[in-house]
Amino acid sequence: MLPEAAHQHVHGLAHHFDTLEQQTEATTLGMWVFLVTEVLFFGGLFMVYTVYRSWYPDAFAAASHSLDITLGTINTAVLITSSLTMALAVHAAQLGQRKALMLFLVATMMLGAVFLGIKAVEYYQKFVEHHVPGPGFNFEEPRYAVHAQIYFSLYFMMTGLHALHMIIGFGIMAFMLRWAWNGTITREYYSPIEISGLYWHFVDIVWIFLFPLLYLLGRHAH
Amino acid sequence: MASSTVLIPPRHYLNDGYGIKSWLLTRDHKRIALLYLAGVTFFFFIGGAMAVLIRLDLATPAGDLVTDETYNKLFTMHGVMMVFFFLIPAIPAVLGNFLVPIMIGAKDLAFPKLNLFSWYIYIVGGLFTLYAIVAGGVDTGWTFYTPFSTVSSTTNVVPTALGIFITGFSSILTGLNFIVTIHRMRAPGMTWFRMPLFLWSTYATSLINVLGTPVIAITVLLVGVERVFHFGFFDPRLGGDPVLFQHLFWFYSHPAVYIMVLPAMGVISELVAAGCRKPVFGYPFVAFASLAIAVLGFLVWGHHMFVAGESVYSALIFSILSFLVAIPSAVKVFNWTATMYRGAVSWETPMLYAYGFIGLFTIGGLTGLFLASVGLDVHVTDTYFIVAHFHYIMVGGTIMGYLGGLHYWWPKISGRRYNEGLAKLAAGIIFVGFNLTFFPQFVVGYLGMPRRYHAYPPDFQVLNVLSSAGASILGVGYLLPMAYLMWSLRYGRLAGSNPWGSVGLEWTTTSPPPTENFTHTPVVTWDAYDYRAPVEDHVA
Repeated sequence: MLPEAAHQHVHGLAHHFDTLEQQTEATTLGMWVFLVTEVLFFGGLFMVYTVYRSWYPDAFAAASHSLDITLGTINTAVLITSSLTMALAVHAAQLGQRKALMLFLVATMMLGAVFLGIKAVEYYQKFVEHHVPGPGFNFEEPRYAVHAQIYFSLYFMMTGLHALHMIIGFGIMAFMLRWAWNGTITREYYSPIEISGLYWHFVDIVWIFLFPLLYLLGRHAH
Repeated sequence: MASSTVLIPPRHYLNDGYGIKSWLLTRDHKRIALLYLAGVTFFFFIGGAMAVLIRLDLATPAGDLVTDETYNKLFTMHGVMMVFFFLIPAIPAVLGNFLVPIMIGAKDLAFPKLNLFSWYIYIVGGLFTLYAIVAGGVDTGWTFYTPFSTVSSTTNVVPTALGIFITGFSSILTGLNFIVTIHRMRAPGMTWFRMPLFLWSTYATSLINVLGTPVIAITVLLVGVERVFHFGFFDPRLGGDPVLFQHLFWFYSHPAVYIMVLPAMGVISELVAAGCRKPVFGYPFVAFASLAIAVLGFLVWGHHMFVAGESVYSALIFSILSFLVAIPSAVKVFNWTATMYRGAVSWETPMLYAYGFIGLFTIGGLTGLFLASVGLDVHVTDTYFIVAHFHYIMVGGTIMGYLGGLHYWWPKISGRRYNEGLAKLAAGIIFVGFNLTFFPQFVVGYLGMPRRYHAYPPDFQVLNVLSSAGASILGVGYLLPMAYLMWSLRYGRLAGSNPWGSVGLEWTTTSPPPTENFTHTPVVTWDAYDYRAPVEDHVA
């Protein structure tokens, strides 16, 4: 245990921790546990998707075909690139390179914004095509019209929650940028960047599952 | 035995700052525990008021006090309030918050700000649900079964669901905080197997909170979206499956029963050890039984759907798995009993609750085995037998554990003793009132009285009157501790740091403890419940 006086001088160390290592281990474990809850949160949706996909494979394939695969693929590439810039941001933080850290954080945020912009375009297309579930729903192939509505309900729910997580991630990155700018983040105290990175990568991984499930599966059938 | 010099310490967490701001912005886990105490007590009495109206209505067969629609709302709001806003947070958020850091020799939980945030989330969720009551209530039952909840019901489903969704994050974040704290904040020498068993059960509970609660969150979110935006997830008109909702709902809500009862089991382990002045018999078995209950609890949800069109094979498997939960539960009951065997058994208030818990939990658990058997369950599904069974677990188990723990640690929390005579009286009243309320429900349910009806055939009246009479006794029993515990805050005699002569880190610091719990970080060199030395002192 450190005496109280020595304790005060460690930058970034909260009063109830003994050492910075203990604090970093705690915050990292905390984020991992949080991501576990996120897995279960999305897991419920993936379960619902799996059940209905196995019940209505044809309707799901037909509905999936109506998505814009080009935009989906571009978005996947954008998001994977944002994971790279995020990883580079963590690396820069570890080396104490403040300018590089800020640069990579901005790059990550911009890629996130591009993703959300493209997603908005896709949503708009769906809206115009009357593919939003509810009273105004309309599907081109009448035999799939009923079950396609379940597909699109899941599509909007899954991508919508994913987009919400992206927006939250964008906010976190803005905070990190501020901390990088005002010198809170240092070579010794960079765990906020690290755990924000964990979150960002998690949100990317969710998309890595959403993309094939929603855009690709069963596509060859049409 | 009480320590020789009984003094109130000059500085402690209760006088470290005064005024409303020092409470509403506190990051001290002990003050947050008291904020939760206020919250859960408030919601308990709201849920209790609903129960009073239910029992009043059921005193006569005709159902003349409230209309059937009001009755539907009453039992729904009673269930929602009690389950989500009292039973689930009660022990972890009040006693757990207060004790987890102290028991491991830490200054606070790993994330104090998150802890305060969790309380605010809890209160905001509660306000949404209160709004739903004020705006006219909700009538779906606390289970929100679709398509009634998404299509048919015209009541306030969305604000209630939102309240549950929001409050869920409070459970998740509290669970996360406990898991990280227990992993990373233990004092030097405090190994896993030196931890008090309360921490093992809190840890197991936190695992369920972290793994189960997100599933109910997404489930009620789907219900809300389906209801508001007419999306299709469970709607049979679109080819959706209402039973899928039940799977998702019970995937959380069955483990939620263990969220409620596991912490109570942890409390009982502490009470039994302290009340018998012996280490808990078979410590590792009791510890691992908590984890086993947490794990098995996730594999039994299908027993809520034996009559919901589940296949025979799933029903069989869920039935067998449900029986398996009895093993770790019984391990605990046997080990507590073995701890008492030839112990210097105390008859002080906390121990009375422990005896109550063991007896009532055993009845609740054994009737659970009736319900795990598919054939018998089909017979009693949706009858008062079920109602009696889960009240034996939730009220007989959880509330007994909660009240026992609250009495046991009250001197630590407040620094003062309550009136022991009144407390014993209240424990007795609660025990009698509880059994009179719920035992007749086993009988009336087995005879075929269905749950969730506001009127019933006159043949069932005697048993229902017994139950309503018991409820009024139980109500008095719950009001009494409110009165004498509040009274003790001002007039109770000073407790001293270790009024029960217990071992455990929480008894080595002052009552009330200082803000950072200990003046020096303790170094632990002893096992939990090492009563050898204190017992010798006591005998001498």
